[in-house]
Amino acid sequence: MNMNLETLIPIVGVVTEVKQDTPDIKNFRVVGRDGKKPIQHMPGQCAMVSIPGVGEAMFSITSSPTNEDYIEFEIKKCGCLTNWLHMIEAGQEITVRGPYGNAFPVDDAFAGHDLLIIAGGVGLAPVRSVINYCRHHRDRYGKIDIVYGSRSKEDLAFYDEIINEWMSPDEKDVHVHLTIDREQENWDGHVGFVPNYVKELGFDTDKIAILCGPPIMIKFTLAGLKEIGFSEQQIYTTLELKMKCGVGKCGRCNVGSKYVCKDGPVFRMDELSELPDEY
Amino acid sequence: MYRIPREKLDQLFALTAEKETLYIPTDATSGIAQFKKWNEGMKMSEKLKTSRSAKDFFFPQTEALVNFKISGKKIDIIDPREECEDFVIFGVRACDAKSFEILDSVFLVDPVDTYYKNRREHGTIVTLACSRPSESCFCTTFDIDPTEPAGDVSAWMTDDSVYFKANTEKGEKYIALVSSLLEETDGADVDAQKVATKEILGKLPFANLKKDAFGGGKTEQYFGSPKWAELSEACLGCGTCTFVCPTCQCYDIRDFDTGHGINRFRCWDSCMYSDFTKMAHGNPRLSQKERFRQRFMHKLVYYPENHDEVFACVGCGRCVEKCPISMNIVKVMKTLGEEEAK
Repeated sequence: MNMNLETLIPIVGVVTEVKQDTPDIKNFRVVGRDGKKPIQHMPGQCAMVSIPGVGEAMFSITSSPTNEDYIEFEIKKCGCLTNWLHMIEAGQEITVRGPYGNAFPVDDAFAGHDLLIIAGGVGLAPVRSVINYCRHHRDRYGKIDIVYGSRSKEDLAFYDEIINEWMSPDEKDVHVHLTIDREQENWDGHVGFVPNYVKELGFDTDKIAILCGPPIMIKFTLAGLKEIGFSEQQIYTTLELKMKCGVGKCGRCNVGSKYVCKDGPVFRMDELSELPDEY
Repeated sequence: MYRIPREKLDQLFALTAEKETLYIPTDATSGIAQFKKWNEGMKMSEKLKTSRSAKDFFFPQTEALVNFKISGKKIDIIDPREECEDFVIFGVRACDAKSFEILDSVFLVDPVDTYYKNRREHGTIVTLACSRPSESCFCTTFDIDPTEPAGDVSAWMTDDSVYFKANTEKGEKYIALVSSLLEETDGADVDAQKVATKEILGKLPFANLKKDAFGGGKTEQYFGSPKWAELSEACLGCGTCTFVCPTCQCYDIRDFDTGHGINRFRCWDSCMYSDFTKMAHGNPRLSQKERFRQRFMHKLVYYPENHDEVFACVGCGRCVEKCPISMNIVKVMKTLGEEEAK
């Protein structure tokens, strides 16, 4: 799939568009030097992005594989490399390598099922790839529910896409449930944390749940889902730990005997429960 | 089996070095034994083992990964890899020879680490059987026979001779290279040495150390043990154990600005360090207890689980000798193993 996977040598990626999505999240469109999509991936897979001299880190590819023109990263400003990434402009070259890790089983376990996708903050990034892949292959899946929350309306990532595409009247059986942490002006939607909102909404349990967000959200949402009758075999999540190599050799992203970069980042909750609590 | 008189060893080194780069363990002026490139007059160390392990040959402490030239918004990527030259490492002990297999099953599995593979393919390993194992040795715990070391060629040194046996095609090639100095012989002296060495092995302080309480599938049993706090409480987090360990293979990738471009290199890293797993949003291993636990769980449980019950320790004893607070895998195994026995 990728010529460079056996090495640690990246390829050049050109940032063609940078969009300020929320006050601390930017969206980056990346192509290869040839103007084509630099990496072929499946939803949930990640890539190493680097500014040489600054650093290299793993980011989930937020675009859907069905996008044939470019890949996208949705990156929150929170550390050294991400601060630099937030300063770059269109036309800047970066390096990319990947794809790394497994993917959400969109063509296997998810196929033919109703999906409940739950995300918090920038945690929407990896599952947006799933959402747009499933929307593209709409007839392969049942009802799609999306519960997404952030601190405020301004902090909702992909807000325009959610309103104009996912919540469009033309959309077939896709239901978006947005929530923000605190009351604010210009917001007449739900207010409250994601885990409670999920319980309030009270979903049927004959579906697959996909979780991504801050660890605290995952913890309480997972408990909530179990409370309303979901089994761990029905719940998927994706993890993020510090990575250097991306291929299970540098030794730092393991949870027990599993490497998140290679055996993950996507785990079914029953698999994750067998691992020690060190993530 | 082949034989050469000991006094001809210098000739053997010279003949080897004519064709390939040769490394032997030699005593530095500081008194430590270290693998060095052979040159005329260099003597092989009489010490049991080198201070550093032999992993440097295939997984050096630092190495260039990729270079970048930056001009404006443009980045050019320069691949610094070159085909490695053939080399011979003479006098590798059984423990270090086994460590190469352990590193292989990390670096040579898909996706293959081409930097490691390049060196590995060009290196011929001549091992040397141990006849005077030391008090810190416990290779037999991990089913290693120091009287029958692996490698491309196995060698045994007695008072008057050195004996050789080729184990691989590479080894056959090496024997052919130096055949003018060798004579064919039976292995009677070697057999006698093996018997004598095994007698010593049976009397070593760690001779009864068993690995049976550990292995794949034991995560739940040991991860939550209250003993980790006590075992790790004096750990300095210096990382010495990981650097002298022949099987520790964790690495970091970093960039260096040369002023003319960016050199990306990889270097050894240590799970004992606080920033090893530190991310912008936090650290899953907050205290030394978690880092310490990771190192030993990896060697005794996680690695065996992923690699057919082979442990990521070869009992070379370097960590036993070098740890400034005298904590080591033997103490960990004994302490946790006792728990198992209860």
